[in-house]
Amino acid sequence: MKVIIHEDHSTPMAVVNVMYDVGSKDEDPQKTGFAHLFEHLMFSGSQHVSDFETPLQMAGGENNAYTSNDVTNYYIQLPAENIETAFWLESDRMLSLAFSEKGLDVQRKVVSEEFKEHYINKPYGDVWFKMREMAYQSHPYRWMTIGRDLSHIENAKLDDVKHFFSKHYKPVNAILVVAGNVKKEDVVPLINNWFGDIPSGEKYIRPGMEEPKQLSARRMEVKAKVPLDALYKCWHMDNRLDHGYYVADLITEVLGGGGSSRLYQALVKEKQLFSNIECFHFGSVDKGLLTIEGKLVKGVKMEDAEKAIEDELTRLKQDGISEKELTKIKNKTESAIAFEDMSVMARANSLAFYELLGDASLFNDDREKYFSVTAEDILRYSKTIFDVNNSNTLCYYSEN
Amino acid sequence: MNRAVPPIIKDAVDFNVVLPLCEKHVLANGVEVYALNIGTEELIMINWVFFAGNWFENKKAVASACNYLLKNGTTAKTAFEINEHFEYYGSYLNRSCYSETSEIVLHCLNKHINELLPVVAEIISDSVFREEELDIHIQNSQQRLKVSLQKCEFVAGRLIDAQLFGQDHPYGTYNNLEDYAALTREDLLDFYKENYQHGKCVLFVAGKLPHDLIAGFDEHFGKLTLRNHRSGTHTINHTLQRAAEKKTQVLNDPLGVQSAIRIARNFPNRHHPDFQKVMVLNNVFGGFFGSRLMGNIREDKGYTYGIYSYLLNHVQESGWMISTEAGRDVCEATIAEIYKEMKQLCEEEIDEEELLMTRNFMIGTILGDLDGPFQVAARWKNLILNDLDENYFYHGIQTIKTVSAKELMELANKYLRTEEFYQLVVV
Repeated sequence: MKVIIHEDHSTPMAVVNVMYDVGSKDEDPQKTGFAHLFEHLMFSGSQHVSDFETPLQMAGGENNAYTSNDVTNYYIQLPAENIETAFWLESDRMLSLAFSEKGLDVQRKVVSEEFKEHYINKPYGDVWFKMREMAYQSHPYRWMTIGRDLSHIENAKLDDVKHFFSKHYKPVNAILVVAGNVKKEDVVPLINNWFGDIPSGEKYIRPGMEEPKQLSARRMEVKAKVPLDALYKCWHMDNRLDHGYYVADLITEVLGGGGSSRLYQALVKEKQLFSNIECFHFGSVDKGLLTIEGKLVKGVKMEDAEKAIEDELTRLKQDGISEKELTKIKNKTESAIAFEDMSVMARANSLAFYELLGDASLFNDDREKYFSVTAEDILRYSKTIFDVNNSNTLCYYSEN
Repeated sequence: MNRAVPPIIKDAVDFNVVLPLCEKHVLANGVEVYALNIGTEELIMINWVFFAGNWFENKKAVASACNYLLKNGTTAKTAFEINEHFEYYGSYLNRSCYSETSEIVLHCLNKHINELLPVVAEIISDSVFREEELDIHIQNSQQRLKVSLQKCEFVAGRLIDAQLFGQDHPYGTYNNLEDYAALTREDLLDFYKENYQHGKCVLFVAGKLPHDLIAGFDEHFGKLTLRNHRSGTHTINHTLQRAAEKKTQVLNDPLGVQSAIRIARNFPNRHHPDFQKVMVLNNVFGGFFGSRLMGNIREDKGYTYGIYSYLLNHVQESGWMISTEAGRDVCEATIAEIYKEMKQLCEEEIDEEELLMTRNFMIGTILGDLDGPFQVAARWKNLILNDLDENYFYHGIQTIKTVSAKELMELANKYLRTEEFYQLVVV
């Protein structure tokens, strides 16, 4: 297990962050949603601790976890004096879970309700299931973290749970970050004490999962009981460590970052074709999707709305961006990083993620990577990425 | 090392919780500034609070439209130019509108502050609310509302407030499509003149504050026609009108797979002597992940992804609300369990172990919350806008540490009376 210690004595609190190198992309296509279901089970008791929450709350601590397509992350914040409680809890569930039928049964139901709350009972809730399946033909980003289908979660067996644990939840697949009001000389012995005797396990070697290059435009139409038509467009972008990732990130700022962004100004304010429009990406480790999505003003034709987006992309591909725009998006990036880094919890999470990508010192280098992007890079990259053959378009029509 | 034995902890109730002091300044026009100079990074947050919430509107949707459109044009600048200015300097200018107050909030790097303050002053003193901006706002608000109305949880949130306070009360009112359509530019200009240009304003600022910041405030805001009080003739009283019917079921989405459940009662405001004690009782009941509602209904039965109870954040009168989304097939069972948990709090004293856990959790959370200048400023803002001071904060800490199981059971019997709760299910 890799350990990173980040001292910050301006706070009375400590953060213990454990990131496992496993996400929904590591799932069997017939058993999707499992990484996330498993995250829930990590709170259903471990070998020596029947109840995870009570002792932590007794120590004045709070915790939570999230699962993405790429990683699963667990974090605890508590008064620094009580940090050993966090080591005890995290190490015990890394050592072994309790694996009870009752725990699995309850969490299957809880996750099913989560699925319903966020994806079934919501207008437009099925968009990303459909879009991912269209944009990815083979890469496991094809399915959502919550799972491809409710039945996959409902059918999960205790044997699957045990197998998943022994495959992925080993120290060799984990990164521990301890941050906040701690001293290295104090916490290292504690970490050795609690985690040192857990068998390190076998490193999970991920099979190659490159998505083949998309060669022609893909389109899909959906009709549903929603009040407004909506348009979603996605293009494949570079992976997290490529220079292109940083360029793509800045392109989303130019197009969709705030009230002075190009798409908002042109399509919501001037032409009034959309009632809202956004441009973003998912921060994926492997090749992700740069996305533009918006809801159409009632009465506007889908073709006109799409054409207007294409016009803005053509303008970007032909003329690039101005010096003023470049300064703006870099100032925004500088400030976004500064505000995010205020929180010791966010810093702990970033350190773990950068280490997972290969090197925690990327934490310091990231800013430079953004600042090295030029207007020329943006011009060149927008020509590559906004190629019609790289595009996935989902037209979502209102049946009402 | 025996893994079955938990490490020794320091009970959070033994921690000394300190609320960093807030400095008060008064600008030339009487406007008060509360400053927290406790940052370690070159970052700052400034919050302009106006008494311009929907409490003060004479026509629905005016307060929120006025607040939203503050950024959308002054005599000299278009909406685009204003947005571009703040975004060019990497700053975030947000606004929001509540029942009593409305706010403008600026987050920025210290080095850009002097470029930004003059434009905030311009927005406060010289917004023009162009007709075309209002038209776009109306159209997009209506569209957003249409989408929201498909969601059971959104519909439930509106209806339960209306049941508690009445549709004509600022806490219970909600906007319909025609309320947006009826907005005019004159409505906004009148509201703006009274509640922003000549309105009561209070500033909160936090971060690593530049030494000349207050002088800068005086220069840009101290000469404006802002006030430190609302003009006396405009004190508005609203009458509560509680719904007569206590149990309601609404059909919103025939194909829905979940129901939105809201169970709520009226409750006095923060000045009532029971308020802080009930905060502790509420935590045991449904205030956090380790609460009884969550433990029973999510972690034992798996009926829901989440269930919480909380006290509403209003100045004049609060409410006590239980809120969850549960599978349609287990909706009735969920409601029955909620009442069962209420009853148990009335009949049995909370055991000391559970109470200590709740105390420790609450103190630990406050310690975590006080970590960082912006969070501390939010605490102070809440105190000051509710006419309270640090004594209230420390009294709250003391209450968490000392309120007894017996007192909490008495409070449960006083307030967790099922007949006083409204029960709403939207499916």
